[in-house]
Amino acid sequence: MARTIVITSGKGGVGKTTTAAAMAMGLAQRGHRTVVIDFDVGLRNLDLIMGCERRVVYDFVNVINGEANLNQALIRDKRCDSLYVLPASQTRDKEALTPEGVGKVLEELSKGHDYIVCDSPAGIEHGATMAMYFADDAVVVTNPEVSSVRDSDRMLGILSSKSRRAKQGDEPIKEHLLLTRYSADRVERGEMLGVDDVQEILSLNLLGVIPESQAVLNASNAGIPVVLDNASNAGQAYNDMVARYLGEDLPMRFLATERKGIFSRLFRG
Amino acid sequence: MGLLDVFRSNRPRGSASVAKERLQILVAHDRAFRNRPSYLPELQQEILEVIRKYVEVDLDAVSVNYEQDDEQEFLELNIVLPDGSRS
Repeated sequence: MARTIVITSGKGGVGKTTTAAAMAMGLAQRGHRTVVIDFDVGLRNLDLIMGCERRVVYDFVNVINGEANLNQALIRDKRCDSLYVLPASQTRDKEALTPEGVGKVLEELSKGHDYIVCDSPAGIEHGATMAMYFADDAVVVTNPEVSSVRDSDRMLGILSSKSRRAKQGDEPIKEHLLLTRYSADRVERGEMLGVDDVQEILSLNLLGVIPESQAVLNASNAGIPVVLDNASNAGQAYNDMVARYLGEDLPMRFLATERKGIFSRLFRG
Repeated sequence: MGLLDVFRSNRPRGSASVAKERLQILVAHDRAFRNRPSYLPELQQEILEVIRKYVEVDLDAVSVNYEQDDEQEFLELNIVLPDGSRS
């Protein structure tokens, strides 16, 4: 039986797909058989972030509709043998994702994999509810910014009332917070909500803090999940996130700016 | 921080604290609303109808409030009768 993880947020542009790619690649690199699914039907992008956009033949909706089988639609990652990508359809609409269809595909994937990572679309509409419906764990991706925090809280309400676990009265989904695009110096200057502030408002288990980093854009430009860029702080922070998800107890990094010397403090901005 | 900033003691408070205060209020409000039982609007409507059978009250004379803490739930009903309703 695989464990199903949804990467969700409510708000768009906060780093869900980057996080889904990082989580999937990180788990696979540690030897877990992992598949990552793009639930953003009509606006697929996970294939681009994973760098496999030219290898897409069949997609998630094809499999649901019986037009292709799973083996035809799954794309094996070229960098990591235990990682597969299931792309979203670019042409259908979101209604093509039926609960029965999605459930059947997840059940079949569950037999050959350890982790199923579901990359949710933005919003709280059909695609997003389908992505979280079958989840065991949820990673709520949040930026330290008012609208993102509010949307995350809204998403928490949906996870605890509309998921399968909620409807069947099972143990609730395990919810984790991932703070992304964190700028330690802006926090120090009092211009940005700090990790403690967001924690206090959402009171969730903190899975990681990803610093704002040029490396994320570089990685998506090249189609290489940023978690593979271990020279960058964002890559390292994502690796820490995966390790923490798997139960390691690691201190949060990149929460403070490097201390400047007295001269640069006095004479520079 | 440049040399001159050292002498400016009263720097304005950052906007992050404003964001935090606004969010705390908003999130508390959203959560309270989310946890309300879904029958509340209907309950309010029916109580209003019953009262209007006997007393002529305004349409907003009945307010229903729901609150919850760790141990108990409160359902608060507030009915405003018009002056001279006693007959």
